[in-house]
Amino acid sequence: MTTVATVATGDEGTGGAAGPYALSHLDALESEAVHIFREVAGEFENPVILFSGGKDSILMLHLALKAFAPAPVPFSLLHVDTGHNFPEVLDYRDRTVARHGLRLHVASVQDYIDRGVLRERPDGTRNPLQTVPLTEKIAAEKFDAVFGGGRRDEEKARAKERVFSLRDEFSQWNPRRQRPELWNLYNGRHAPGEHVRVFPLSNWTELDVWQYIARENIELPEIYYAHHREVFQRGGMWLTAGEWGGPKDGESVEKRLVRYRTVGDMSCTGAVDSGADTIEKVITEIAASRLTERGATRADDKLSEAAMEDRKREGYF
Amino acid sequence: MSTITSEALAETTLLRFATAGSVDDGKSTLVGRLLHDSKSVLTDQLEAVERVSASRGQEAPDLALLTDGLRAEREQGITIDVAYRYFATPRRRFILADTPGHVQYTRNMVTGASTAELTVILVDARNGVVEQTRRHAAIAALLRVPHVVLAVNKMDLVDYEETVFARIAEEFTAYATELGVPEVTAIPISALVGDNVVEPSAHMDWYGGPTVLEHLETVPVSHDLAHCHARLPVQYVIRPQSAEHPDYRGYAGQIAAGTFRTGDEVTVLPSGRTTTITGIDLLGTLVEAAWTPQSVTLLLADDIDISRGDLLVPSKDAPAVTQDVEATVCHVADQPLTVGHRVLLKHGTRTVKAIVKDIPARLTLDDLSLHPHPGTLVANDIGRVKIRTAEPLPADSYADSRRTGSFILIDPNDGTTLTAGMAGESFAAPDPVKDASEDDGWDF
Repeated sequence: MTTVATVATGDEGTGGAAGPYALSHLDALESEAVHIFREVAGEFENPVILFSGGKDSILMLHLALKAFAPAPVPFSLLHVDTGHNFPEVLDYRDRTVARHGLRLHVASVQDYIDRGVLRERPDGTRNPLQTVPLTEKIAAEKFDAVFGGGRRDEEKARAKERVFSLRDEFSQWNPRRQRPELWNLYNGRHAPGEHVRVFPLSNWTELDVWQYIARENIELPEIYYAHHREVFQRGGMWLTAGEWGGPKDGESVEKRLVRYRTVGDMSCTGAVDSGADTIEKVITEIAASRLTERGATRADDKLSEAAMEDRKREGYF
Repeated sequence: MSTITSEALAETTLLRFATAGSVDDGKSTLVGRLLHDSKSVLTDQLEAVERVSASRGQEAPDLALLTDGLRAEREQGITIDVAYRYFATPRRRFILADTPGHVQYTRNMVTGASTAELTVILVDARNGVVEQTRRHAAIAALLRVPHVVLAVNKMDLVDYEETVFARIAEEFTAYATELGVPEVTAIPISALVGDNVVEPSAHMDWYGGPTVLEHLETVPVSHDLAHCHARLPVQYVIRPQSAEHPDYRGYAGQIAAGTFRTGDEVTVLPSGRTTTITGIDLLGTLVEAAWTPQSVTLLLADDIDISRGDLLVPSKDAPAVTQDVEATVCHVADQPLTVGHRVLLKHGTRTVKAIVKDIPARLTLDDLSLHPHPGTLVANDIGRVKIRTAEPLPADSYADSRRTGSFILIDPNDGTTLTAGMAGESFAAPDPVKDASEDDGWDF
């Protein structure tokens, strides 16, 4: 009968572990993100929020609005426009900018193609073409901090990304130059021409994002919820038919009940079969897909692959 | 479906924790097991693991492969780094800082431990407490991680012998307590087989404590804040100057420690001016009280000069202000730190010029031996330094406040983060070592 170690018994139930001063996980993540926004406002001259009209960038803007209220957000927005946007998303973007009196910069891939600087790819996707307009806009406007909605849970490489991530004058990420991030003491020092990518949502997961959107009652573009849409299948994804280059010969269009799990360029963002037409149903769907992920049925496998694909595209910035 | 919905919508708490241990101790397997058994692994990831395991002739999937990204990096020669992983159970959300355990990665362990509320230290039941274990314990003690879990792994390889576990747990607890670790929980596990990681072991009836996951789910994430010094580093002054809010003037920041209440008399440091809190704006809601780590905006009675970098504290509980900081540091940069080095020091939201006046000692964590006047500190070194700052700093002792007792040193030329600093004594252990028999615990 030797006691060799102590154990924190805690009360049974959630209350005991939480304690009187514990924050909920959403409150803790919100507080952390607000702290990051305020650090950037305090230390940088000309920050900008990358805003695509996707849920992560909408969440960023919501948090930034809360961080500085009742004063306006001291940042402008930047949209890298591939020219293949969902009309619902562009409409959402413009309404949001107007409602909050924000300043929107647009870096247009179409302009670069029209000027002959960039060339359309054979597969029609413009995702890889966004880098040049983005970096040139950052340089031209002299943005020194650029907020991105990337999350560490998206993929393995992102799991190593810092909250403050230094970029050289070519916007390149150098894993060897990463600064250790200790406590919540962020180091935003950079040389002229360099900038810092800042990721306030680093510690959020997909489920956290949806839970918070539900809690705060944040409006999203309607394509995030189940709706009937003319789609065709390519590479295991349901793509929206349109002028951007689909369907091709052999690909047939059909009307399906779908929703988008992520929103980006129309040419490479796939919809998933879903009847989730409310946020509660979306959250249930995400939670359920996690529960069934271990049962490696073929349908699940497909869903999972599409989800990974989505994440990678989302993490592009 | 309704159960899933309510479960998925429910708000829980968040635990940040770190793991320390080498690959040989089974850390990757433990992490893989936690992710797998909490159903945080996607189908395609798991299938890849099963494929590779099968091709190697292994009967069961090798869960260490789930964290294999790290190994590939090592082969490519990229700096081995802290990787953050995310998983959740219905009871809690977890952020895991997965840190490599070897001595050349001490800086990564320090980074991971700096934000952790709990550290899991792994040992191999066959080897017991080794030099590396003592170093991990020392880092947890140095960084003041509130909870330490000793996971005695590979119990299956010692026939699940209670005496083996008890001996290791006793030796480790004695060592950690001596260092000032406030709480050690020892758990006998087999990460490979899954004993006591998520599910209770069927092989160790003599053990009546929690599994690793149960402990992670129930360990308290907040402290008795009534006795903490309240601290708010001012990040930003919010002044809309709009028609709707012509007179709103608020001081925004994340409460670094303790609790603030409306009506509290506060002092602004370093200036020393005092005023009273008239309101606390908690992201759009006026509240009577707010506590760490909430981000708030304080409204004050007087229009006094307060700007970013100032520290708001209760007038009755203000820290001393000094230009001479003595600290224990971990050097995290490839370029060395030398006596006479001119640096920038970031403390809270304030960055000031500083100079390294002296490096009285370097500390070997394996045996806690001191090496006087090393002259320089190189990457991964732990040492004592004396720093003179250009302006007065209201630094707490790190032992009292992790957030306001910590700072970083920055190279003013290239912006590199040089050093992680903890003000005050290193292994203070002010309380005499408690008699183990007085502690609450389980018998076995």
